[in-house]
Amino acid sequence: MFKRFAWIGAGAAALAPAGSGPALAAQPLPWQISFQPAASPVMEQIQWFHDFLFWIIVAIALFVLALMCYCAVKFNEKSNPTPSPTTHNTTLEVLWTAIPILILVAISVPSFRLLYFMDRTDKPEMTLKAVSHQWYWSYHYPDHGNLNFTSNMIQAEDLKPGQPRLLAVDNEVVLPVETNIRVLTTSEDVIHNWAVPAFGLKVETVPGRTNESWVRITKEGTYYGQCSELCGLNHGFMPIQVRAVSKQAFAQWTEEAKKKFAANLEPESVRVAQAR
Amino acid sequence: MAYGTSDAHGSHDHHPSGWKRWAYSTNHKDIGTMYLVLAAIGGLVGGLMSWLIRLELSQPGLQYITDLQFYNVLVSAHGLIMVFFFVMPALIGGFGNWIVPLMIGAPDMAFPRMNNISFWLTAGGLVLLLTAGFTAGGPGTGWTVYPPLSSNEYHPGPAVDLAILSLHVGGAGSILGAINFIVTIINMRAPGMTMHRMPLFVWATLVTAFLLVLAMPVLAGGLTMLLTDRNFGTTFFKVAGGGDPILWQHLFWFFGHPEVYIMIIPAFGIVSQIVSTFSRKPVFGYLGMAYAMAAIGVIGFVVWAHHMYSVGLDVNTRAYFVAATMVIAVPTGIKIFSWIATMWGGSIRFDTPMLWACGFIFLFVLGGVTGIQLANAGPDMAWHDTYYVVAHFHYVLSLGAVFGIFGGFYYWFGKMCGRQYSEAAGRVHFWLTFFGVNLLFFPQHFLGMAGMPRRIPDYPDAYSGWNMVSSLGAVVTIVGTLWFLWLVFRTFTAGEKAAANPWGPGATTLEWTVPSPAPFHTFEETPRIAPEPAH
Ligand SMILES: [Cu+2]
Repeated sequence: MFKRFAWIGAGAAALAPAGSGPALAAQPLPWQISFQPAASPVMEQIQWFHDFLFWIIVAIALFVLALMCYCAVKFNEKSNPTPSPTTHNTTLEVLWTAIPILILVAISVPSFRLLYFMDRTDKPEMTLKAVSHQWYWSYHYPDHGNLNFTSNMIQAEDLKPGQPRLLAVDNEVVLPVETNIRVLTTSEDVIHNWAVPAFGLKVETVPGRTNESWVRITKEGTYYGQCSELCGLNHGFMPIQVRAVSKQAFAQWTEEAKKKFAANLEPESVRVAQAR
Repeated sequence: MAYGTSDAHGSHDHHPSGWKRWAYSTNHKDIGTMYLVLAAIGGLVGGLMSWLIRLELSQPGLQYITDLQFYNVLVSAHGLIMVFFFVMPALIGGFGNWIVPLMIGAPDMAFPRMNNISFWLTAGGLVLLLTAGFTAGGPGTGWTVYPPLSSNEYHPGPAVDLAILSLHVGGAGSILGAINFIVTIINMRAPGMTMHRMPLFVWATLVTAFLLVLAMPVLAGGLTMLLTDRNFGTTFFKVAGGGDPILWQHLFWFFGHPEVYIMIIPAFGIVSQIVSTFSRKPVFGYLGMAYAMAAIGVIGFVVWAHHMYSVGLDVNTRAYFVAATMVIAVPTGIKIFSWIATMWGGSIRFDTPMLWACGFIFLFVLGGVTGIQLANAGPDMAWHDTYYVVAHFHYVLSLGAVFGIFGGFYYWFGKMCGRQYSEAAGRVHFWLTFFGVNLLFFPQHFLGMAGMPRRIPDYPDAYSGWNMVSSLGAVVTIVGTLWFLWLVFRTFTAGEKAAANPWGPGATTLEWTVPSPAPFHTFEETPRIAPEPAH
């Protein structure tokens, strides 16, 4: 039912960034009822799958509702004073077992295709490692000279105009577009979850484990997400902010960032111990 | 009267009175009543917590609950209380105890003293959980109690230990109660009532009892490991000692998924009784209905990791859990269509219990179809841990199981207390609640689609619109609940005397053959069920 209005939501989402500049800013919008606009092939496929499945489940729900309404009108006490004695109908029972099976098979084919597509990328061009802490993130770029930094939420009183409350961070993740990026996650303390809705990414960060996922960002812009596993007091206050830029701009940014975060570029042994 | 019921012995002989009647009770009806009272307390406390949460979330920013640990405790305790101390005591302990012996023509439960201890363990569990909430900051772990957040490093102090003990004690009560139901249903059916002639509520209770006996010990084992991790230096879930926090999630959800069927299958049973009674038709496809519940119970044990799609499971493992989870839609569909087929051709009276049953069917379908969406591990990455999941499981539980509870309550209230509720007041309660909970939970689908995470005390400002609507729904639900309390009070003080069978010829199960209120002892002489042609 929500998806019936999804086109409105998508329309609003498409209009909003057009007014604010060329870059896409994927963040939730007031009264939004559908997904944030997709910025990766994975999220595009999730949206496709959702649209496909949505009409199936709406049809099922409306079918049940229609049957119940029909019963309420046709078979109430007044219109049908004598109940029928029928309690069996083998054909009907076989049908309402078999047809749902067929529908489920139809759903499962694209579902499995999507699942295996999402799992990981064969040819990663670079790696981003996100490490969770109570209650902030740290990011590591192992392919870019051990560049690493921490990322904290900007408190409401320090926000600059245009920075969304509870979503903007001090040091955002910067990534290149049109690049297969391997995303590794782990945690320093409790379990958290690194999530960016516009990428269709949601990777649990588990102490003692490294989880792998991937993203290929299709549009330049700023994308927001939030920690998605209850992790204690400030669970709601450790957002994720990703700025996707051209490959050129990314190369430039890494050089600047290496200077900015030079203090973090410790010797290998220390770094490995910290990143665990 | 065809069956031996309130007979020459008189109905109030040979039992203690005053507080001893209740504290020492071995009577299935009194114990059932105590379970219902416990469920009412649990439901009101858990409901109050959810209303505090909705109050805080009604607008962006931290207004009412500025203590973030307290917010997490509310979220955790709301879940635990609603599951263990509202839905389960109401459906299994309450209606199960009251109605199952009546339906099968048994004089009482098989083990009356064990029945007593089951109840008091459950009540003790609630006391322990509430104590935990007021100890050392409370357990802010979510009802899932995931380590390391629930470990002694991140939750020092006795709060989590008390919560663990609460679930241990309550779980032991549930296991004992479940054994009691299994033994009673298998051994104490009246002559002539074969397994294939048991009312579906009895079938539902039997399936639920098996789920409890098999699932609860796994939770107890996991909880014990967590307890020793916290207090005695073991490292089952601690990485530093070679343990694995994901092991807890497997153990928890191996219990936790059957648990959702433990909450919904008794409601299936109640809805089956109500739909049949008010359509004046036997249940359509009775055997299919019974075995669909059994199938849901069996499959419910092999789908647990669909709660864990994002933890880093191997992709083939996830593919298996997708397939297994979707299979559950088949027996569920059989139930939905059989209910509708029971109504089809019937002569339906839409009294209050039937309204709740119809509400249950439609809203359970809505929660069920979003469940089909969530079963798919791929797109679930967009919904996992968002309000979409919150909306989904509240549709199946808050609008499913709870509608089942209210349906059963109105259906059997007259039988239990001897006075009939006001039909008009019951309908007002239904419509207030129906409108309220839909206003409350439907917008949460939108919030989830837009990406709002669960269990956060404050949210980005864009989510404020639907959150405000959702909180308005909570206000309507509060009004409905107050109306319900008033209705119960009025029924006790001014309700009309209930007939033995207020529902007419559609009500064919044995509980309608005994007077209302059901006398203290029923079926002291075993009723005989006449042989009947096949269903
Ligand atoms: Cu976190």
